[in-house]
Amino acid sequence: MTFENTSIFAETWGLIYLVVLFAGILVYALRPSAKKKFEDAARIPLMED
Amino acid sequence: MYFITMLLLGLGALLGLFLSSRAVDSVIAFHGWMLVAFCVGFIFWMLRRGDNTGGPANPDSVVNYNDAVVRVGVVLSVFWGVVGFLVGLVIALQLAYPALNFDLPWTSFGRLRPLHTSAVIFAFGGNVLIMTSMHVVQRTCRARIAGGWAPWFVLLGYNLFIVIAASGYVLGVTQSKEYAEPEWYADIWLTLVWVAYLLVFLGTLWRRKEPHIYVANWFYLAFIATVAMLHIINNLAMPVSFFGAKSYIVWAGVQDALIQWWYAHNAVGFFLTAGFLGIMYYYVPKQADRPIYSYRLSIVHFWSLIFLYIWAGPHHLLYTALPDWAQTLGMTFSIMLWMPSWGGMINGLMTLSGAWDKLRTDPILRLLTISLAFYGMSTFEGPLMAIKTVNALSHYTDWTIGHVHSGALGWVGMVSFGAIYYMTPLVFNRKQLYSLRLVSVHFWLATIGIVLYAAAMWVSGILQGLMWRAYDSLGFLEYSFAETVEAMFPFYVIRALGGGLFVIGSWVMAYNVYRTARGHVRTERPYLAASEYAQA
Repeated sequence: MTFENTSIFAETWGLIYLVVLFAGILVYALRPSAKKKFEDAARIPLMED
Repeated sequence: MYFITMLLLGLGALLGLFLSSRAVDSVIAFHGWMLVAFCVGFIFWMLRRGDNTGGPANPDSVVNYNDAVVRVGVVLSVFWGVVGFLVGLVIALQLAYPALNFDLPWTSFGRLRPLHTSAVIFAFGGNVLIMTSMHVVQRTCRARIAGGWAPWFVLLGYNLFIVIAASGYVLGVTQSKEYAEPEWYADIWLTLVWVAYLLVFLGTLWRRKEPHIYVANWFYLAFIATVAMLHIINNLAMPVSFFGAKSYIVWAGVQDALIQWWYAHNAVGFFLTAGFLGIMYYYVPKQADRPIYSYRLSIVHFWSLIFLYIWAGPHHLLYTALPDWAQTLGMTFSIMLWMPSWGGMINGLMTLSGAWDKLRTDPILRLLTISLAFYGMSTFEGPLMAIKTVNALSHYTDWTIGHVHSGALGWVGMVSFGAIYYMTPLVFNRKQLYSLRLVSVHFWLATIGIVLYAAAMWVSGILQGLMWRAYDSLGFLEYSFAETVEAMFPFYVIRALGGGLFVIGSWVMAYNVYRTARGHVRTERPYLAASEYAQA
């Protein structure tokens, strides 16, 4: 495992991995079907103590 | 569980005894005795309490919350805040008037400076994070905190770490890594405490009654997990003797520098930012009595902040032996951090959308809101200072100190004060705070103090940077170093004045918290909403 190998691996697969992961998170957060779920989640702190 | 805890504490006491009996220096002997006192004290305290690990503050509470541990955390937070700010004022005055070093080793700037930074970041900030996280995770999971005595071990064990670290600094023990000064044995103790903290937090999430894990808990969990990783890797060290305080870090040269600033910047990112964003995401909606502006934005905020922060550390090492690509990487990721930071600030501020009038009648909400304004300001300033050309002027100057304090006093301090004022009546089971007017007094003292502080350091820092790089027509440096030091004097006095106001503000808070705990209520002019004015 040379420096060259590691750096090329990080620059390609590492980049793809993080971009895909983040795209997945965006889909999770913004998908329309989750509207109700997140509205309810936002109210969690406001329920009775 | 009760007996296992007892057994472990007994072993801890024996270890402390062993350490002191074999000690090769007096400081580690002293700290060994401290460990003995802690473990023995804890055992006696457990014996006295039997199986009472703490109950809810409100006897009518449906869930059997452990508010007792949170209550002790509130008191410890206020105490360490007052101490840490005061030491800061002392060293600010030492910079303006060096005679205040008193020519004694124990009171010299070099020893008091880490005492100040550790007291405010780790003692005040750390206690605030631990006690609010224990409060928030219980409420948002609708479950009692996991682990019986374990949350007590976390809170009190953490404070033992603080006392060992702080007394070590004054006695001259340090491993000379900024924000990671405690020596190897204190680091190991903190690792034990932190693992217990992680398990307590995960255990509470595990037994939650609420199906969704509220976003504040994500931020707290990221804070706990990342700090564990940072702490262990940055502090890998070999002690000279297992019975002595001195150790050497395994890293060397530029690798050591990179790991140090990877650690220190993420201490800012995950301790002072992610953790306190957990506070923001619970206490701002709670105090405003409105849900967070956009829950979806909070999810995007969380993940983008986590993804970006971890890479920004190299911006502390611009124009050093660090490879150029790593410097550029640190700068680029710092600039990208503008987006999640401002996304989070907007999310917090817009929670008040349609209810801005509450700022007039609720000084606690005002503290929380101005903390977000300072968060926005200092997270704009930080990436700006990480740009190489700006950094060439700002690095090593007072501008950095000003930046740190607008973030630490403005964001971390103010959001903590807001949370403390919200929690005090709750954990002491009182109807209301002793005085809202005093909260307002605190708000103004702190705000004016920070403005004086930051403004003085901007002027002083830029002046310093410009004087350092000024050349005359023959190519010689225009100013000697001593001349630049002399030029700082008026700004150091203004800074100490600002710090003094902030310190007085913390005394006002301590008084207010004390009177609230005693159940007193001050007779004062109430804050009236516009509709109430019409009737009055």
